[in-house]
Amino acid sequence: MFNSYLSNTLEYYPELCINCGMCSTVCPHGVFGPDGKVAQLVNPKACMECGACQLNCPTKAIKVESGVGCASAMMLAAVKGQKEVTCGCDGSCS
Amino acid sequence: MARLGVKRERHLIEPGLYTMGKPTKESPVFVSANYTLSFDALRSALHGNDCYILVLDTKGINVWCAAGKKTFGTNELVYRIEVVGLNDVVNHRTLIVPQLGATGVDAREVRARSGFKVEFGPVRAADLPEYLKTHQATREMRRVRFTLSDRIVLIPVEMKNFLIPVLIASVILALVGNYTAAAAAMAAAFTGLVLFPIFLQWIPTTDFSIKGFLIGGVTAIPFAQNAFYGMTNETMWVRYGWALAYMLVIPSISAFLALNFTGSSTFTSVTGVKREIFLYMPKIAWMFGIGIILIIVLIAMKLLEGI
Ligand code: SF4
Ligand code: SF4
Repeated sequence: MFNSYLSNTLEYYPELCINCGMCSTVCPHGVFGPDGKVAQLVNPKACMECGACQLNCPTKAIKVESGVGCASAMMLAAVKGQKEVTCGCDGSCS
Repeated sequence: MARLGVKRERHLIEPGLYTMGKPTKESPVFVSANYTLSFDALRSALHGNDCYILVLDTKGINVWCAAGKKTFGTNELVYRIEVVGLNDVVNHRTLIVPQLGATGVDAREVRARSGFKVEFGPVRAADLPEYLKTHQATREMRRVRFTLSDRIVLIPVEMKNFLIPVLIASVILALVGNYTAAAAAMAAAFTGLVLFPIFLQWIPTTDFSIKGFLIGGVTAIPFAQNAFYGMTNETMWVRYGWALAYMLVIPSISAFLALNFTGSSTFTSVTGVKREIFLYMPKIAWMFGIGIILIIVLIAMKLLEGI
């Protein structure tokens, strides 16, 4: 109850993984762990959909719909009928 | 001041290559954004080192936000390497890029296009001295945090956006002679903008809106109690009305402000925030709308009585 963050758009295809370790390096929330023959999805719920792992995975073993998790930007985009959401977080997120 | 966005143009660093100490052709190269706070954090962390800092043009925005917009990104990095002629400045072919830049920087593509290998350093510049000993980041160094102090520095930024509407609402309420309601408007804003960020991690539940409702409810209780027990010379209905209005309006304002805070948090996903908007925005709007109509009716009744 009251948890909107239990699932997200992160998808991982371990059969494509060549265990380069990039995903566990770039992820700021420890979603992937480097221990094992392939990368391990250790904490998928913590994913904030930043897209760093997808961008840096050499074999496209990771898919995620990345974007800015920013309510005001989304509400504004919804009102303006924009598809793309850009965050106005000039220096407000560090 | 930089955080408040006042005179932003003064907080831009000219993009390009900077030196620290007396770097040689073998000295490391660090990549940064042309946002003063990012650049300064890097410079103070590297104090005493001989090295280069390659500043990208991120339009004065910090590394993480800029990486999300891809201004701190592969293209700009490759372009900047060429513009400053980095090939001739150093003999090695390694760049140390802050980890949070990885959302915009594709390390393989940078290597293919520029010949430089990207090494993702720690999230926080302050961890660089430790990192440089081994070039291995610990798990801790790879994690983004959202500590109390991280949240406190965001309070003025959030306040700036809502200060004027809150002041207008309070002034109107004070002008029609209802000082308690004016105080309630201030209290609601204070709860959403100051108390919520501070207590974020200790309020139960994970959804920001629910947390906002809860903490707003706590703020509303004394106002409702005061209306109920304090307005003794009013009829029962008026007292009920005010108590209900406070319980509706204050939590809806703080829930809205809390939901808005997801933009500054470092862990909310788009999917989750969308779900929150979809679930709670209609409820917030209804509560607020009904509460405000109730207040208008109550104030109008009072004013008409006086005539
Ligand atoms: S980045 Fe891709 S290939 Fe590398 S370890 Fe992660 S999933 Fe495997
Ligand atoms: S999208 Fe970002 S938060 Fe999610 S797993 Fe990838 S790197 Fe981690």
